[in-house]
Amino acid sequence: MKIHEYQAKVLFAQYGIPIPKGRAASSSTEALEAAQDLGPPPYVVKAQIHAGGRGKGGGVKVAQTLDEFTSRVSEILGMTLVTHQTGPEGKKVLKVLIEEGVPIAQELYLGIVVDRARSCPAIMASRSGGMDIEEVAEKTPHLIHREWIDPAVGFQAFQARNIIYRLGLPATLVKSGIALITQLVKLFEQLDCSLVEINPLVVTRDDRLMALDGKVNFDDNALFRHKEILELMDPSEQDPLELEANKFNLNYIRLNGNIGVMVNGAGLAMATMDLIKLYGGEPANFLDVGGGASAETIANGFRIILSDERVKAVLVNIFGGILRCDVLAEGLIEAAREVVLQVPLIIRLEGTNVDRGRELLNQSGLDFIVSPTMAEAAKKVGQLVQRN
Amino acid sequence: MLEYGTKVVAGVTPGKAGQQVEGVLVYHTVADAVAEQGANVSIIFVPPAFAPDAIMEAAAAGIGVMACITEGLPTLDMVRVKHYLKGRSAVLIGPNCPGIITPGACKLGIMPGYIFQPGNIGVISRSGTLTYEVVDQISKQGLGQSTCLGIGGDPIIGLNFIDLLKLFAADPQTGGVVLIGEIGGTAEEEAAAFIKEHFPKPVVTFIAGQTAPPGRRMGHAGAIISGKSGTAQEKMAVLKAAGIRVVVDLTKVGEAVKELMG
Repeated sequence: MKIHEYQAKVLFAQYGIPIPKGRAASSSTEALEAAQDLGPPPYVVKAQIHAGGRGKGGGVKVAQTLDEFTSRVSEILGMTLVTHQTGPEGKKVLKVLIEEGVPIAQELYLGIVVDRARSCPAIMASRSGGMDIEEVAEKTPHLIHREWIDPAVGFQAFQARNIIYRLGLPATLVKSGIALITQLVKLFEQLDCSLVEINPLVVTRDDRLMALDGKVNFDDNALFRHKEILELMDPSEQDPLELEANKFNLNYIRLNGNIGVMVNGAGLAMATMDLIKLYGGEPANFLDVGGGASAETIANGFRIILSDERVKAVLVNIFGGILRCDVLAEGLIEAAREVVLQVPLIIRLEGTNVDRGRELLNQSGLDFIVSPTMAEAAKKVGQLVQRN
Repeated sequence: MLEYGTKVVAGVTPGKAGQQVEGVLVYHTVADAVAEQGANVSIIFVPPAFAPDAIMEAAAAGIGVMACITEGLPTLDMVRVKHYLKGRSAVLIGPNCPGIITPGACKLGIMPGYIFQPGNIGVISRSGTLTYEVVDQISKQGLGQSTCLGIGGDPIIGLNFIDLLKLFAADPQTGGVVLIGEIGGTAEEEAAAFIKEHFPKPVVTFIAGQTAPPGRRMGHAGAIISGKSGTAQEKMAVLKAAGIRVVVDLTKVGEAVKELMG
């Protein structure tokens, strides 16, 4: 799960990590109030969307006067911001973060992720903050210092010192730097994060350390023990159909094509999408109904696919293991009773209780096409969409 | 599993000791099940919040092989579990996986048994149902499998591709291996380097997620592409460069296996 920068900064503040003064605003009036509370300019206006590259896309502006501030706010609030992470359609800016301008002496990078290869969290730090850190990592990996957290004993003080001295911080900031890193690790671990990033972490001209930006992602699997984090979720950042699917524990992602897809298992679902594309079609969604899906879950998934008006045909590809084919069939039949099926439905069914599943489908009076193999199903669905 | 002939000697549910399920005795703890029934393998279906504890319980009780079917285990819990298993003899398959099967001999998992045939092809996969698809194709080519297992789709897992390639290399019943990967992480790239240097048997690979949009989590916690790393294209290129057969069209995996190992 992702949250906004302003929410990440509230968490930082709770953990004693210094941030610039400021607050979020949803209207120009709120923004003006926020600026007036900050005192004299300069002000920074930052678009709050769940995507990186906001600065390059024109979503972050500095204002030297109150007049300039007002026009910057009206430019950014409501704009459709396109960055390399939003896709070409961009994202509408519904909130801005208004902050004091901070005089920057040095821009650093600090991040924590789970290192899969070493099976533990890794802290990464670099003197080359502020710019595209992925590029730094790729072209000049020696500029990134890494420390790994030992699961048995946890993060150690010497590791914080290693990072601080590599970052080349002035002597006056060593102590607060160690505290900042230690607190960031604590935040990462206590809140079950999958990523925490401060880019840039700045040294101000008056010798303070400050998190100028903040990114915090959470491990979805651990959200059950962080109800307070769930409340930070911004529904406007999610597709309405994806939100609906979330309610039923369905893993649904809306894509740009016109072939609705329902599959069990993420790997098979991805492979089914690949196959549809390989045969010239374009999937409208990714939907993994998961292992332990009930007939009701299947019905909900099918309903969500059909409520996407771009869908011109539906491909159901199920290889039953723990999900039994008869349960799948019951779900499809249940959903088809509520919704009038107006697009062709191609079903490929294999696996546990497949005979019973096929029997149920055949007796149901549901109008569908059976495909014995995935190849045939993918080809067929592509042809049907082209014909319609 | 009982149906497939797997010798299930005990079940474990705290508070339910003494009960019987389909003729199998239930115990409070894994330690009791090991002491009284000599259980040496464990399959874990415990809900995600408690599964990490169950894995460690099994390992501590002296279980040799554990398969954790449960999906949705918190990543930082798995960090601790993985650390706990270091230096212990127990090996973990999964979590978030279908388990392991040696067709005709033993099944420790949830896969549909009827699609498997005894034979000499090993299958290792990050995805459960994709394994079934590939196995089904192999069986329909008239070939069989030595052992098939899913290693799970999570960022932190027990046995990985390389651990298993070593076991398959030493297994006289395995003539070749099918390796099924997906986007995210670098497990396939590491496997490619290992195969090139150390694996003497033929390998066929398939990578799922060739058309997945970047930055989106596609179901498996591990299957997310960030930036350039972890894309299917990158993985396929690395595998090809290591001289390994990469199948682009999933429906042609069976044919490729027949051609290379039939």
